Amino acid sequence: MVMQAIRNYLKSLFLLEMLKGLLLTNRYLFKRKITVQYPEEKTPQSNRFRGLHALRRYPNGEERCIACKLCEAVCPAVAITIESEMRADGSRRTTRYDIDLAKCIYCGFCEESCPVDSIVMTRIFEYHGEKKEDLIMTKQRLLEVGDRNEAQIAADRAQDARYR
Amino acid sequence: MFEFIRQQLWTPLINFMVPEAYQGYALLTLDALTKVIVVLVCVLTAFAYTTYAERRIIGLIQLRLGPNRVGFFGFHTFGLAQPLADGVKAIFKEIIIPTGANKTLFIIAPVLSLGPALAAWAVIPFSEGMVLADINAGLLYVIALTSLAVYGIIIAGWASNSKYAFLGAMRSAAQIVAYEIAMGFALVGVLVASGSLNLGDIVRAQSGSVLNWFWLPLLPLFLVYYISGVAETNRAPFDVVEGETEIVAGYQVEYSGMHFAIFFMAEYANMILVSTLTAIMFWGGWLSPFQGVPVLGEPHILWLLAKAAFFLYLFLWIRATFPRYRYDQIMRLGWKVFIPITIVWIVVVAGLVVSHIPPWFN
Repeated sequence: MVMQAIRNYLKSLFLLEMLKGLLLTNRYLFKRKITVQYPEEKTPQSNRFRGLHALRRYPNGEERCIACKLCEAVCPAVAITIESEMRADGSRRTTRYDIDLAKCIYCGFCEESCPVDSIVMTRIFEYHGEKKEDLIMTKQRLLEVGDRNEAQIAADRAQDARYR
Repeated sequence: MFEFIRQQLWTPLINFMVPEAYQGYALLTLDALTKVIVVLVCVLTAFAYTTYAERRIIGLIQLRLGPNRVGFFGFHTFGLAQPLADGVKAIFKEIIIPTGANKTLFIIAPVLSLGPALAAWAVIPFSEGMVLADINAGLLYVIALTSLAVYGIIIAGWASNSKYAFLGAMRSAAQIVAYEIAMGFALVGVLVASGSLNLGDIVRAQSGSVLNWFWLPLLPLFLVYYISGVAETNRAPFDVVEGETEIVAGYQVEYSGMHFAIFFMAEYANMILVSTLTAIMFWGGWLSPFQGVPVLGEPHILWLLAKAAFFLYLFLWIRATFPRYRYDQIMRLGWKVFIPITIVWIVVVAGLVVSHIPPWFN
């Protein structure tokens, strides 16, 4: 009992535990660093990544969206606004398809709900807007995003297909 | 270099502007001014790069990289321009004086904390004969000035008209009083061992091999002095004065822009000062550890800088390692551990000196 107390007293007097701690942190000084230096290095992305939205087309150029408004209904942030009418050939199409990126929470429910795989979320995450209006994706802009990235979008869907 | 400045700059200027009778005094003053400016520029550069080193080293210890972006002309250069960018930012930020603050004291406080921290450098001997003021009461002067630093903090806390700032100032006052005594006693030990208050003489008294340096006979005093120095500069783990998780930033909470930067400067100048003093008083100053080896054995200013750099690194290392002390534990350590240890060891050192124990006191 007394011996133990004396030993503890000497231990604290000579700062042994402190020295142990210092040596531990000094070891960490030379360890490999885990920082990812962002613009030059990037972390790997999943094919299920939920970034900027896009509207897809069929291979023949026809837009997929049939204005069923399931995405508008499921959207928890009420970020999607759709207006539709009958086109000259009798099919139902959207006249307006807006996604407010300032409201969107990137949950991916719109993509899940879409019966024709029209609205999808891409891997794009490096974008910005300088005005509020820049953050409202109109139908035209969404289609453009889809057209530009169709190859990547299709590849990601194909890779994920066997899990759905 | 000093000779060159005297002949090319000061002499023509004095001949042009000063009457014949006063030229001698003017030259003396301007010579001293040159030296003061050189020392201050060195200390402030060291301050700037200590902040950089602190962020880098603590980053590395936490498996991060720290600032490595800001560089010159589009090159990253390991972020070496970071202190310049920080300085420019601080200068251009607005200084906000809170409502109800005591304006005069609020503005004077940072100056009061920076002034002593820089003035103490006057008596630091960098190498044989390389000292601004070679006075015989050097150690006393250093103790006096490091004690003055607390005024800046207390006045800042009082003048801010803020509860957090006031709490920080009160903690600082109690803490610095407690550790000032232990620090003073530790220096009394150095005084007894070297028989002189002149810092240059203290280094000369340690000449010989590494074993002749005072760290060995004064080991407890060395530890007490260094730890008190950490407490005195309010660095982690004794940073209850700033205590950012409890009282935001303590006495600095109402300060912004260059005002805040000056407090920062004072803290780091004090850190560098404590490191240098530790090197001078306990680790042989500019003396070489390889006594007798042809080139390496020569005493040189680089030895002092290397030793001071190590103790400065120790400051950062300790900050990255230990959690903050609880306040009552700080008080216990200061009053009930350090002061008894130093008093006992002063008696021991006095015994060693009186009985001329080799290799230190023969």
